[in-house]
Amino acid sequence: MEYKIIERRMIVPNIHELVVEAEDVAKSVQPGQFIILRPDDKGERIPLSVSDYNPELGTVTAFFIEVGESTSLLALLKPGDTIPTFVGPLGLPTDIENFGTVVCVGGCFGIGSIYPIARALKEAGNTVHVLLEARSQYLIYWKERYEELVDSVFTITRDGTMGYPGHISLLPDILKEKNIKPDRFIVNGCTFLLNRTSDVTRASGVKTIVNMNPIMIDGTGMCGVCRLTVDGETKFACVDGPDFDGHLVDWDEFRQRRLTYYDEETAPLRKSGTGTEYHCKLIR
Amino acid sequence: MAEEKKKKSKIKPNRVNMPKQTPEERVRNFDEVALGFTEKLAMEEASRCLQCKKPKCREGCPVEVRIPEFIGLIADGNFKEAAKVMKDKNALPAVCGRVCPQEEQCEKLCIVGVKHEPVSIGRLERFIADWEASQDTLEYPKIAESTEKKVAIVGAGPAGLTVAADLVVKGHDITIFEALHEPGGVLIYGIPEFRLPKAIVKREMDYVQKLGVKVKYDFVVGKTRTIASLLEEYDVIFIGTGAGLPWFLDIPGENLNGVFSANEYLTRVNLMKGYLFPDYNTPIKRPRRVLTFGGGNVAMDCARTALRLGSDESHIVYRRSKKELPARGEEVENAEEEGVIFDFLTNPIKLVGDENGWLKGAECLKMELGEPDASGRRRPVPIEGSEFFMEADAAVCAIGNSPNPLIPRTTPGLKIGRKGNIEIEPETGKTSMERIWAGGDVATGTATVIMAMGAGRVAARSMHEYLSGGEQENDIYVKQ
Ligand SMILES: Cc1cc2nc3c(=O)[nH]c(=O)nc-3n(C[C@H](O)[C@H](O)[C@H](O)COP(=O)(O)OP(=O)(O)OC[C@H]3O[C@@H](n4cnc5c(N)ncnc54)[C@H](O)[C@@H]3O)c2cc1C
Ligand code: SF4
Ligand code: FES
Repeated sequence: MEYKIIERRMIVPNIHELVVEAEDVAKSVQPGQFIILRPDDKGERIPLSVSDYNPELGTVTAFFIEVGESTSLLALLKPGDTIPTFVGPLGLPTDIENFGTVVCVGGCFGIGSIYPIARALKEAGNTVHVLLEARSQYLIYWKERYEELVDSVFTITRDGTMGYPGHISLLPDILKEKNIKPDRFIVNGCTFLLNRTSDVTRASGVKTIVNMNPIMIDGTGMCGVCRLTVDGETKFACVDGPDFDGHLVDWDEFRQRRLTYYDEETAPLRKSGTGTEYHCKLIR
Repeated sequence: MAEEKKKKSKIKPNRVNMPKQTPEERVRNFDEVALGFTEKLAMEEASRCLQCKKPKCREGCPVEVRIPEFIGLIADGNFKEAAKVMKDKNALPAVCGRVCPQEEQCEKLCIVGVKHEPVSIGRLERFIADWEASQDTLEYPKIAESTEKKVAIVGAGPAGLTVAADLVVKGHDITIFEALHEPGGVLIYGIPEFRLPKAIVKREMDYVQKLGVKVKYDFVVGKTRTIASLLEEYDVIFIGTGAGLPWFLDIPGENLNGVFSANEYLTRVNLMKGYLFPDYNTPIKRPRRVLTFGGGNVAMDCARTALRLGSDESHIVYRRSKKELPARGEEVENAEEEGVIFDFLTNPIKLVGDENGWLKGAECLKMELGEPDASGRRRPVPIEGSEFFMEADAAVCAIGNSPNPLIPRTTPGLKIGRKGNIEIEPETGKTSMERIWAGGDVATGTATVIMAMGAGRVAARSMHEYLSGGEQENDIYVKQ
């Protein structure tokens, strides 16, 4: 099959926005689901969270970080090019109902993928606050889009160039300061952010939903590579998730499993001399 | 009587050997192990057939290939006619000749086999299919006038492909929906290149597409669209989604790095061509010492793949004895020749990891065989105090699969059996829902290619009957 690239641009350093024509997916996708694509006929199957979609135009938007051989191929795509595989929507949608007050936390590609979730939560009548987290101000995108949509938007940057300076561990204090009493947290982004946010919300006992991103192949429950332990039980992220209760995930095991192909994946990059300085938490 | 005796005394007791790559050579490549008969060898083997008046072998074939007839034609050197006789009953002979468990089916009943080695029916089937493919004169059946009936087929495995091929010639408009990016089901993602070259699967697929069948890849029914939504657009639906949900052993340590399901291991290598990494981008581990748990075809495929990926030691760990191995005889023999180490009567009870979460090995128990269980095989029972440790840096679970729950979960009203299988009426393939048929592994649990094709054929007949609202010639008879 062939799927046309409508747009591919680097939105902030190393993070690319990809818009693909895929009518069937655009018509059926819901917030929190993902797609799997292949950059070319020799490429591996790459899962990406869906960040936006337009059923009328038949387009689907996803963000990806350039971290390895396969994503560097994606980064070369131009409008009008085609890719051979684009399948979805996969996984279960994020639970949306009127919870009351929800804090959505997004980092990295998750700044994009939490957008349709925030939108749906608003539509369901929630008070929605969005926290965007990044290393520095220049890695934050779509802030204006969120400001138009939700009740409040705030940012944390590690170098303090935008919003609160520091780490996600500031979250409880920020919420106290702003007098926000959430009924639920929803987190999208790299493993590190999902894990740390779950840690800092644990004491409050407020349900924290994390959108997991393990290694995947088929995305239909066939291979089992995406398995993780939740509350002592093995789950397949691609069919039972990708959303899980962050307080019940076995994080050590999950981080470990993500590293399975670390040596193989980064080897080609090391060889070509690129990407060595960029340490992404998604892999690490 | 006297004549019969004379004939029997002339039987050549031994099979003609089929040339194979030597074990030393083949463990270093992914090329097909068996090289196939030459014309001369095929005629020689075919001449061992007694041309029985009441051929037993045929009773053993799930699709009733006219076995003595095609073998007789090979013996006479009339390959063209032999191929026709074969294709008449079996649309995928190149595949079946390679992967059918012949020793349990046709060859098991062969009269020559009573005293000697049975005629190599499977190898002759393979020969004639390959011969035909090499002729460049592929004949296409006539397609009936369009009925304007729309048929949706879910899954491009052997079951779905059979339904598609059977119904397209009747003039129906066929679309296959396949979740993966290539057709073939297990034939493409599971069974390795060295046993079933992907070019052969592709050849069969091209044939089906040339007949006018449309295929939509990257389409997960139950996700991209539901069965209910397809029913709005299509007159009838066939579900042939196979048994793709892998089982794990349910013992501690299964999520350690280095522990794979057979599906993952084989898919990385076969569908994604991980053995050609980094030319192909899907990575694959090349561990030193691999344990494969299980004893079926899937387990043999994994253990032999491990050798080809360069492991020093590849073990099959099986809880019963050699006699109970469910794999095809030929594959067990191939695995032995290639140096796979069999640890029979051994059962893993715990997988042990190092401080970084990587597999170090398996704690196992020795077993002995007790009373026969429901399947008629003697049940393995643990020997107390026999724990021992097997070192390994990779383990593959090849202990079975069940049907994928995606469609059952999203299709209210579809009756599902205890094991997650879609319930069907065996004589017709009809499910509990109007206008929906199913067959193959999704209905039976993991079975065989030929059984899936047989089920497809049964369903196709019933579907055509429904679509044409009436009677139906009974040319294709399939036993259950
Ligand atoms: C490694 C291995 C070795 C084997 N060796 C042998 C052998 O030597 N001899 C033998 O006879 N049998 C063998 N078998 C068994 C045999 O392959 C199966 O019995 C047979 O392929 C079943 O055919 P099927 O059409 O029912 O399903 P499958 O071949 O499983 O095909 C099902 C197809 O449906 C697709 N699908 C699933 N869900 C969906 C969905 N929701 N939407 C769209 N598409 C979907 C799948 O991607 C797949 O392509 C082996 C099996 C394995 C795994
Ligand atoms: S289809 Fe299978 S069982 Fe039938 S004759 Fe051929 S090899 Fe034997
Ligand atoms: S990605 Fe294969 S089972 Fe989830």
